[in-house]
Amino acid sequence: MGDAMLDVRDLKIGATAYPPGEPPQEIEIVHGVSFQLEKGKVLGLIGESGAGKSTIGLAALGYGRGGVEITGGEVWINGRDILKGGMRGLRKLRGAEVTYVAQSAAAAFNPAKKLMEQVTEAAIHHNRFPKSEAEARAVTLFAKLGLPDPETFGNRYPHQVSGGQLQRAMTALALCPEPDLVVFDEPTTALDVTTQIDVLAAIKEAIRDTGVAALYITHDLAVVAQVSDDIMVLRNGDKVEYGSTDQIINAPQEDYTRALVSVRSIEHEEQPPTPDPVLRVSGITARYKGTPFDVLHDVSVDLHPGQTLAVVGESGSGKSTLARVITGLLPPRSGEIEFAGRTLSPALEGRSREDLRELQMIYQMADVAMNPRQTVGTIIGRPLEFYFGLKGKEKRRRLKELLDEIEMGDGFIDRYPAELSGGQKQRVCIARALAAKPKMIICDEVTSALDPLVADGILKLLLNLQKIENVAFLFITHDIATVRAIADSIAVMYRGKVVRYGSKSQVLSPPFDDYTDLLLSSVPEMKLGWLEEVIAHRKMESAGN
Amino acid sequence: MAPALKLLVQRVALGLMLLFLVSALIFVGTQILPGDVAQSILGQSATPEALANLRQELGLNEPALTRYFDWLFNALQGDFGTALTNGQDIAHSVGNRLKNTLFLAFWAAVIAVPLAIFLGLLAVRFRDRWPDKLISTVTLASISIPEFLIGYLIMYFVAVKLRWFPSVAMINDGMSLGEKLSSIAMPVMVLTLVVLAHMMRMTRAAILNVMQSAYIETAELKGLNRFQVIYRHAFPNSIAPIVNVVMLNLAYLVVGVVVVEVVFVYPGMGQYLVDHVSKRDVPVVQACGLIFAAVYIGLNMVADVVSILTNPRLRHPK
Repeated sequence: MGDAMLDVRDLKIGATAYPPGEPPQEIEIVHGVSFQLEKGKVLGLIGESGAGKSTIGLAALGYGRGGVEITGGEVWINGRDILKGGMRGLRKLRGAEVTYVAQSAAAAFNPAKKLMEQVTEAAIHHNRFPKSEAEARAVTLFAKLGLPDPETFGNRYPHQVSGGQLQRAMTALALCPEPDLVVFDEPTTALDVTTQIDVLAAIKEAIRDTGVAALYITHDLAVVAQVSDDIMVLRNGDKVEYGSTDQIINAPQEDYTRALVSVRSIEHEEQPPTPDPVLRVSGITARYKGTPFDVLHDVSVDLHPGQTLAVVGESGSGKSTLARVITGLLPPRSGEIEFAGRTLSPALEGRSREDLRELQMIYQMADVAMNPRQTVGTIIGRPLEFYFGLKGKEKRRRLKELLDEIEMGDGFIDRYPAELSGGQKQRVCIARALAAKPKMIICDEVTSALDPLVADGILKLLLNLQKIENVAFLFITHDIATVRAIADSIAVMYRGKVVRYGSKSQVLSPPFDDYTDLLLSSVPEMKLGWLEEVIAHRKMESAGN
Repeated sequence: MAPALKLLVQRVALGLMLLFLVSALIFVGTQILPGDVAQSILGQSATPEALANLRQELGLNEPALTRYFDWLFNALQGDFGTALTNGQDIAHSVGNRLKNTLFLAFWAAVIAVPLAIFLGLLAVRFRDRWPDKLISTVTLASISIPEFLIGYLIMYFVAVKLRWFPSVAMINDGMSLGEKLSSIAMPVMVLTLVVLAHMMRMTRAAILNVMQSAYIETAELKGLNRFQVIYRHAFPNSIAPIVNVVMLNLAYLVVGVVVVEVVFVYPGMGQYLVDHVSKRDVPVVQACGLIFAAVYIGLNMVADVVSILTNPRLRHPK
């Protein structure tokens, strides 16, 4: 045990919960977790939300977010228990021996200060380096992390650089004081998949070159498989499995780990196009009011009855804008939308109630898409009254039917959204859309905010409902795995244009255009050494050109 | 710099337009009062002939629009006309009064603004502990008590019981700065107590709002202590709301001190205005109204400008 730089023993973490209408309760969220980390090694902490992985990561800095408190156990760093040193000891530790890389670098940088000042602040504050040396270190790190113009990069403000660059700058911030341990908390989760791969490679190289130990927290097993030596699988504050990355990926022992490894096992056979599409979008060009450029350029796609069209692309590619145009929230500058054989009015005001009923929408954030003060029954009942005038017993009967369809019993009718889990909330939103008996539903990133296993359940449910109700889905997502699982046809969008469009098998088979190739090859695969393979392959290609 | 400059020009133009509208409002307001200046001057002795003569003399028969622009252009050149009651030049007497009011407001601000911001920072540093609660309670109490009552209470204890300062705050040009300060000590105390609570509570709220941000956690995880976190990372991002409330209170110190000036018999704008309102001296009321409006709009314009200048997104566009 002598050479472990981080030694966590029987760590217990608690929080105060405030259930509505009840007195506050002390709850335990991490129940006695132990692990060790040697110098220069990377340990991946993986689990779904609520697993306690971030909480454990922050405990390595003696920090509890919100009302979270470390209630028991020991955290030994470099041979001393940091929980015994009081606040003064913790302040000496934080930013010097242990540093932290936050999930959203965009929010974690102070908007009022230049990057250089923030990156070097901890190193100077703790007298690790004098100012000039700290700045020289920062420039070296900027260069190592592949940031543009490393000499002058630090003179910029956070809003002047991109999200991927900020995430690298955050890594520079964590490495600048020459710490012994860095806690990476979902450092690439908020990034587009094509950006993620570069940042991931940069982080991995920086860890290797500086020889720090790292805790790498993520919910994405394929990502953590690329960077860590060991993996600890967590669930509801308990350790499920702990082993080498090779063993966890290739020979998982526990059922839960196996489920995580084999997630996205959905099989969906692609359906051939029909002669009469339910939705025909032709030549849509659109821009937002008051902006000088178009965000959609001549977009044309078809969606066939009872089928799924996946619209895939990075943030800013215009896929959500397309949904706004189809729903009538953003009237296009030119182009036409044909729906169920009739031409839709470009603006929402010109659409009939029938138009509205037959075209429903499900959103990414289920909890903000529902009124928190309405019960599930009221939320799902509203379209029943509005479109079909159902009341009393009949409405109740239909409610039960819908709740059955989303695999939630009628016991949920009187519950409030706050009493539901993330997956249940999204199911209620699905039921609300189905209540209108639509011909088509636009699903805007409906599984992005959910844990993989829960998301899987939602996708299965959607496919099932599609068969029963013969409803068509326009499925907006950035996740290729989801697309593979559910789509019949695919439209790949890039900078407001459809760059590739066709049946699933066509779009996902070579020969690829450059962008689709980049997109597909950037999706992390659950195998060791994938990252190196891709990077090496890309280097070779660019050398060949 | 371009977007910031554009916004700045817009704000200043908006402020000037607002001032123009207010001047029209003041003019119209004094016009729709029953009776006119000629009647006020002549009072009981108004015969129809005398009224007609005086109106002719004062130009009151001109159309209202002409009179408004005459008044406005003269006012812009510093000529507010003469007071009806004593025939003195308004610009001259207002000038003296305004100087006194600004003198009082200046010293009240010098004490109140830093104190309020410091107490706000302190309240955040010891949030929900006794210093926070004490500061909140005391400042809330002081804002809840009417200012004339605070004035008389301070006068009773400080001037009558302790005999530290004179109970009447008279100043004149012959006094040294020290004498003047000693003379205005009590009204400054009252004004400080009145504006302190608002500024302190807004400072506290603005900083606490920023303290929820993710970058505050980053700062804490750098090992900075709580005061460094607040001072280096929270404060720079709360300047705009703080400056806004400070400017509102500075404006109050200039235009809202009527009661305090009357209580302490201080020769400032407020007392001057009250005197002439009761005598229905319309030109003086118009002049005071215009000056107060200018001060109010001007200070709020400064707040807007500071908000724009402290926003890094506007100062350093992509």
